[in-house]
Amino acid sequence: MNNEPKKSLLRSNGLQSLIASLLCILLGLFVGYIVLLIINPVGAWEAIVTVMKNFLYYPSEAAALKYFGSTLVKAAPLLLCSLSVLFAYKVGLFNIGAAGQYVAGVGASLYCALALNMPWYVCLFAAMVAGGLMGAISGALKAYQNVNEVISCIMLNWIGLYAVNILLSGVKEETSPYTITLKAGNPNAQLPNMGLDQLFNNNKYVTLALPLAVLAAILVWVILEKTKLGYELKATGLNKDAAKYCGMREKRNIILTMVISGALAGMGAACFYLTGVEQWNCMQASVPAMGFNGIAAAFLGGLNPIGTIFSSYFIQHITSGGSYIDTSMYCAQISDLISSIIIYLCGFVLFVKVSMNRGLDKRDEKAKAKKGGKA
Amino acid sequence: MVLLVQYTLIFASVLMLVALGGCFSEHSGVINIGLEGIMVMGALGGALMMKFIDPSAAPVLIFLATALASIVCGVLYSLLLAVAAINFKADQTLVGTAMNLLGTAAATVIVKAVNTAENPDNVSSSIQYIETKKAFITNIGSFEFNWFMAVALIALIASVIILYRTRFGLRLMACGEHPQAADSVGINVYKMRYAGVLISGLLGGLGGIVYITAGVSEWKFEHGVAGFGFLALAVMIFGQWKPQRIALTALLFGLFRALSNVYTGFDVLMALNLPSSVYNMLPYIISLLVLAFTSKKSRAPKAEGIPYDKGQR
Repeated sequence: MNNEPKKSLLRSNGLQSLIASLLCILLGLFVGYIVLLIINPVGAWEAIVTVMKNFLYYPSEAAALKYFGSTLVKAAPLLLCSLSVLFAYKVGLFNIGAAGQYVAGVGASLYCALALNMPWYVCLFAAMVAGGLMGAISGALKAYQNVNEVISCIMLNWIGLYAVNILLSGVKEETSPYTITLKAGNPNAQLPNMGLDQLFNNNKYVTLALPLAVLAAILVWVILEKTKLGYELKATGLNKDAAKYCGMREKRNIILTMVISGALAGMGAACFYLTGVEQWNCMQASVPAMGFNGIAAAFLGGLNPIGTIFSSYFIQHITSGGSYIDTSMYCAQISDLISSIIIYLCGFVLFVKVSMNRGLDKRDEKAKAKKGGKA
Repeated sequence: MVLLVQYTLIFASVLMLVALGGCFSEHSGVINIGLEGIMVMGALGGALMMKFIDPSAAPVLIFLATALASIVCGVLYSLLLAVAAINFKADQTLVGTAMNLLGTAAATVIVKAVNTAENPDNVSSSIQYIETKKAFITNIGSFEFNWFMAVALIALIASVIILYRTRFGLRLMACGEHPQAADSVGINVYKMRYAGVLISGLLGGLGGIVYITAGVSEWKFEHGVAGFGFLALAVMIFGQWKPQRIALTALLFGLFRALSNVYTGFDVLMALNLPSSVYNMLPYIISLLVLAFTSKKSRAPKAEGIPYDKGQR
């Protein structure tokens, strides 16, 4: 006989995370809808549907497929940024600097591509190194000087932004603040399509970046869950003094975490800018939103690398959807609003889980009492 | 030179106000990473007030109305943090980050909605306040005295007195050091933490409006407040959570921030022929260096960032 009480399906951690995330999304959309209603009640429902439909906005299947590809192209770097945030968070570090590491990656990859005429794999590698270095600074400051990583990351975000603006000013177009296109500057630096563009109605921006990003997600999962390194890193995150006591090198672990985390964000930058879909604006005055949206995706995905694949896609889906909104009534930032509300709500996930478990406990107790009464 | 002093003082006022706000929040035990977002919301409230108030009204009235609008917006917005961090025991860093993103996104959406409602072709996210801004300024010779400088000074003095000389302040600080002990002598920790966060909303909101009116007569809300809230956090840490030291640090950081506005006026600096981005980077580089050398012996409130749980021992 099996004495173990049957574990309710609702108690599984994965399912609870999923329910909590869906709850966050629904509430986020609902609040977004209310904001739209306040701004202009006439088109609110239509607008929220547009945001959700994204590429399905196009009636023709071919066009929809093409823009589905475009959404995926932007989702890949977002996935890498969110993996960056996730990896650090699992080790107890809040990597708000994914944005800065991403910017460093942009600078390194585009500089290698346009100024040094390197092939794409060198550019990709350079981006990872640059992002990793950026992370290493925060990590070292944290490990050796006890600087709060959130603050140092934020300072580095801005330093990185201005530094990259200076660096890339050397390879910008004469008449515009944008960097030279890869097509004109160095076609070799473009990520190879590997035939993936055929799948999306010849959307030439769909490249190797997509499988690379998914591969990275799986790799992060393997490292964190199945290797000694991952175990050590997580142990350091839980209690760095205990980790030290057990003979782990806690300082090295902190720095290593930030390096890996930074490299992921840098890779994200390469996976976006080396497709040639966008050029960097050397007058850019704000840190790109990619790194911050990565935080949203990481938490929405229940801090699970595989879950992050879906949540990154979702965040990009609504962000892209925002651009189809009727601008005579609303603005595209409504999707930023929705995703930031979702991040805010993610703060309550723990509370949701705790109260869910409490509810289940109560139910079980009641069931037990009933059984006891009969016997 | 006068210009440099003027900009230094006004930026120092902003940093001082916001850092003091952070100081109250952290002394009560709640990390407030969301100061940036609070600043944006305060700035939004103040800017909208300046846009719609009659520019011919008495300057004092304009000044008070704008300040009040910013304070109200800042305090209301900080409630988001208070509720999540104190009642729902949420991760304070995550919620703060969300508030920063939310602040900029919401402000952009609101400003664009206001602009398009006025004129359907206007889809910009800027608010102009050329006329009303004059109400804040009194000229002393060529020096433009901004009344918010006085406000910052008052806030500083008030903070010192409240934190170290009143029952409320000492209790507030106890909640950030050892909330269980504070509770055991009958202090309501939740109430104190609410007070701390709301005060940070008040000062952060004020700081927001001062920042966007500091050098310019129009603000584009898409940019938020460009990391100034975080700079204020660095000021607070370098100031070791003590108002007097925060004031001095704010002056130092204000100087570097002011340089990026006025470096073109100095022949020596122009001769270096550095790109303007270098001056923009300067405050952040300095603060990073400063943090690297001062964080080792950090005097952060002991219990900051840890949600208070009555049952915990």
